[in-house]
Amino acid sequence: MLRTVIHARGLSRTFRKKRGKQTTEVVAVAGVDLDVEAGEIVGFLGPNGAGKTTTMRMLTTLLAPTAGTATVAGCDLLTDPVGVRRRIGYVSQAGSTAPENRAGEELVSHARLYGVSTAEATARGKQLFAELDLDGLWERQPKAMSGGQRRRLDIAMGLVHVPGLVFLDEPTTGLDPQARANLWQHIEGLRSERGTTVFLTTHYLDEADALCDRVLVIDKGTIVASGTPDELKSSVGGDLLTLTSPRAADVAGRMAGLPGAEAPTVDGDRVSCRVPAGGAALVALLRDLDAAGIEVDGVESRRPSLDDVFLTVTGRSLRDGEQTTTEPEGAQA
Amino acid sequence: MSTLVRDTGTVFVRAMRTSLRNPAWLVISLMQPVLYIVLFGPLLEPIAGQLGGANAYQVFVPGILVQLGLFGTAFVGFSLIAEYRAGVIESQRVSPAPRAALLLGRVLRDVLVLAVQGVVLVLVAVPFGLDASVGGVALTIALVAVLGGSLAAVSYALALTLKSEDAFAPLLNVVLFPILLLSGILLPMTLAPNWLQNVSDVVPFKHIVDGARALFAGDFGAPDVGWGVLFTAVLAALGAWYGTSQFRKESG
Repeated sequence: MLRTVIHARGLSRTFRKKRGKQTTEVVAVAGVDLDVEAGEIVGFLGPNGAGKTTTMRMLTTLLAPTAGTATVAGCDLLTDPVGVRRRIGYVSQAGSTAPENRAGEELVSHARLYGVSTAEATARGKQLFAELDLDGLWERQPKAMSGGQRRRLDIAMGLVHVPGLVFLDEPTTGLDPQARANLWQHIEGLRSERGTTVFLTTHYLDEADALCDRVLVIDKGTIVASGTPDELKSSVGGDLLTLTSPRAADVAGRMAGLPGAEAPTVDGDRVSCRVPAGGAALVALLRDLDAAGIEVDGVESRRPSLDDVFLTVTGRSLRDGEQTTTEPEGAQA
Repeated sequence: MSTLVRDTGTVFVRAMRTSLRNPAWLVISLMQPVLYIVLFGPLLEPIAGQLGGANAYQVFVPGILVQLGLFGTAFVGFSLIAEYRAGVIESQRVSPAPRAALLLGRVLRDVLVLAVQGVVLVLVAVPFGLDASVGGVALTIALVAVLGGSLAAVSYALALTLKSEDAFAPLLNVVLFPILLLSGILLPMTLAPNWLQNVSDVVPFKHIVDGARALFAGDFGAPDVGWGVLFTAVLAALGAWYGTSQFRKESG
């Protein structure tokens, strides 16, 4: 049976900004409803400034909501924040260790704050170091570690008290592709080996796609879409089929007859349209064209990406957003 | 209550270890009191008579002790800004540890450092000719430790509010410089003209310095001792309240 570990309704946060005598209100998060079941990996996808971090900071008790309610790991966010803190792990973007201290000591003293004994914390810490490929780095200063190692150390810090639910804020930002892929494996391992529920934020489409069972798309403080990556992508209207043929008009005619197809667009000798279940549709279409003796030079079928999803629901591309969207002040710590 | 004690201990041990691992810090903290006695003390010897005591060091050492308490601890906020930037504060605030423990553990480290510095200062001053009441010296060091602890708490709280060295440094200078001049730390305010004495009367630190001088002289019943203890107690209460409230406050 599924157990809900995060249940939030109408979670909102408004920041007050004083500019001279004028007080302006910035709405960072505007009424977020979300549910996360035990054992899920759920991703919060959105451009910078969309309210991802603010929502996460509310769910981890670091920021008080201005409206709304939530139950996190079985405890009420507003009335029992200490209960929430005891049961969750949080890995922030900023890191968690002093650069000059020794990694192992930081881990043990962090565990002590959860009431774990020094001996127990050392044992768990060493095991976490082994699991997270940090062997031999117990005495190392975080400043002498690579970016990937430091992120894994932060994750170890967030797990040393064995929480059932862990929050990862932009876990792979700033890492090289190899380190990112490696970290994805470790995050996947948290669920498969420890049964940990993972709630993460990301503005990387490929990360949400590769890692998450379910994606919540957030834009301007509101959840605008949610579902499994496949569901979201199907919602766009199907796969994009593109055929090249000297008889483009005839191809377009046949294409339009495919079940569920949108109106095809013709560009010179290229014809394209969105069709649900593009693979099967393509096979049928090619047989049909072949039987009719219509010559085809090239075929392409492209699955919609999460960027197509974002474009469909917000009218903007997430990739463009990375350059043009500026962080509203105060939306992040 | 037991988690408060346990977590304060954890934060203290971590803070102490961080400090001890930094050799430059260790040398500077221990050299500071020595330099005061060796390089500044001799300047006062010829004017000892004017200072109102037969022994220059009896007047000078209490002032330097209070100054250590003021300046040594007022700057501890800088280390907190560095910790904040490294994400340490957030990661501690998301733990169930009482907010007061996150503050008190750090303050306790500063208090201990200050007490050690105070003892070093007094021991170095003895061969130079310090002649003072042993009980008075011990009481003064205790008083300065509490004073320093309250200032450390305020320093952490301000650092946590400002979160920027660029804003924190000028603020410290603006606040500390007048205090240094008006509290008679370097020279007793009795040397000052009337108007300046009147101004300095409203600076609580002046009374703490005068109280410490009375304690060194073995004059435990002097009114300044009472005032010094009272002001220190008030500052400690304010520091603990303000500091904890800032650690409790969300950092938007």
